[in-house]
Amino acid sequence: MDITRSTAADLAASIAAGEVSSVEVTRAHLDRIGAVDDKVHAFLSVDEDGALAQAAAVDARIAAGEQVGPLAGVPLALKDVLTQRGVPTTAGSRILEGWRPPYDATVTRRLLEAGVVILGKTNMDEFAMGSSTENSAYGPTYNPWDLSRVPGGSGGGSAAALAAFEAPLAIGTDTGGSIRQPAAFTGTVGVKPTYGGVSRYGQIALASSLDQPGPCARTVLDTALLHEVIGGHDPKDQTSLAAPVPAVVEAARHGDVKGLRIGVVRELGGEGYAPEAEANFHATVERLASLGAEVVEVSCPNFEYALAAYYLILPSEASSNLARFDAMRYGLRVGDDGTRSTEQVMALSREAGFGAEVKRRIIIGTYALSAGYRDAYYGSAQKVRTLVQQDFTAAFAKADVLVSPTTPTAAFGIGERLDDPMAMYLNDLCTIPTNLAGNSAASFPSGLTSDGLPLGFHVMAPHLADDRLYLVGAALERSLQDSWGGPLLDRVADLTAPATTATEVAR
Amino acid sequence: MALSPDEVARLAQLARIDLSAEELAHLAPQLDVILESVARVADVATADVTPTSHPVPMTNVFRTDAVAESLPPAEVLAMAPDHEDGRFRVPRILGEEQ
Repeated sequence: MDITRSTAADLAASIAAGEVSSVEVTRAHLDRIGAVDDKVHAFLSVDEDGALAQAAAVDARIAAGEQVGPLAGVPLALKDVLTQRGVPTTAGSRILEGWRPPYDATVTRRLLEAGVVILGKTNMDEFAMGSSTENSAYGPTYNPWDLSRVPGGSGGGSAAALAAFEAPLAIGTDTGGSIRQPAAFTGTVGVKPTYGGVSRYGQIALASSLDQPGPCARTVLDTALLHEVIGGHDPKDQTSLAAPVPAVVEAARHGDVKGLRIGVVRELGGEGYAPEAEANFHATVERLASLGAEVVEVSCPNFEYALAAYYLILPSEASSNLARFDAMRYGLRVGDDGTRSTEQVMALSREAGFGAEVKRRIIIGTYALSAGYRDAYYGSAQKVRTLVQQDFTAAFAKADVLVSPTTPTAAFGIGERLDDPMAMYLNDLCTIPTNLAGNSAASFPSGLTSDGLPLGFHVMAPHLADDRLYLVGAALERSLQDSWGGPLLDRVADLTAPATTATEVAR
Repeated sequence: MALSPDEVARLAQLARIDLSAEELAHLAPQLDVILESVARVADVATADVTPTSHPVPMTNVFRTDAVAESLPPAEVLAMAPDHEDGRFRVPRILGEEQ
């Protein structure tokens, strides 16, 4: 068995059966990180000692005859926006450099309780503001499919760790597409659960009404198993839903779309979409039809305004949330020489600690909420939010799930869109409406461009119908892998080969 | 509606970010482009539409007022920029000019 190429489900079964130890599995992934992460830079920190101790504890439980959970002993890459007690947590920002949180996020706690081994913290756009991971204060992550391209963002580190076989499982957070867009760019699976389905306690907040942690993996079943571990009600998050986790694992095992009504959203296509992305999308819809799904067209006319509303709501909430970085209780403090006031120290610290995109969005949010502009900007954006939700309600009356390409294009080059914020924001055209409405959505690998870059198929389901995502994903995965003769990721560049391959082959 | 560097400076001050002159000059035109493209929300946000602040209906959540373990003070203070006598030490709060 090639440990780092195995699925999480297979690894867990082998560990539980005593065929391989969690320590061996963890060691293999740490070695893989050591071998390839200088090229990929998926991780901001690797907690080797902690991971091996967690693995040894799982092995001890199994040796003692204890029944362990379905992912016990399997390693995972945790996005650096979730706290883990005593482990560096930066959210990709200088302002939190060196911070070791005194508590675990609920997601972290549930992972550790389930015996999942946390290898380290993954790179991300600063405070999850971005679609390329280039806004990390610690340097970009490189797409394992082509090291000259971005892996998407903000969760580019988590997605790249999966595609580079550095971890079989990862956690992301999705505010406007930060789980789904990187999944599409790296040929991996990413699910944004229904808002409130996974606790936000211990997630460093970007936009509280949009943020949602979720599972990432290389297969649909692994993603579902992880979803079940982290999901469910948490009294520590006031927006957590008091509802059971949808039957995601069952759906992933079932994977039958016969009779399922699939709604193609008319507005999510056309101008601005790469022809290859559109062709792949339509071929994927036809494939689902051939598997027995019923395809209908739906119209969501207000989706056109979703991007604009999002880029008002997000900065408004972010400008308020990021006020907590005040240089008083944690994080960077600059200029405290005894002559300056608290406010002066605060302004100097935030100037030194925040990157360009964070400053841009805080200023936009401050403007949108300021006297005289609030109604025109923030108020109007909240109305668009209502209209987008109404569009979803009408569409879900005609279809069980809605579909679109995950992104208008495949992964773009590093540096290409860095100084053009609007071009960067267009990445999230298809994924943003879901965050405004709070329903669930996912991206599944659906093929490669002629340049050998992955494309993603986007599926949206109603609130708390997350299981439908897995039904579609599993059906698609089975059918596509039959046609490809194996997983898409079998075709990813060999990162350990001499330095001629990855970038040049794709060109 | 063009934002001048002066206006950006005022917003930055409200947001407690001490932006440099170069940053102000660089940011102002970028913010203009962004604000121009997001202003289109006003096209459909008519008076008859109710605003929504949250993706799902929210009600207030209460918990029992019971004593529970708090974060270990030593671990919390170890991460503070500065501390003294078991408390956060902060710069002076009142400025002479205020």
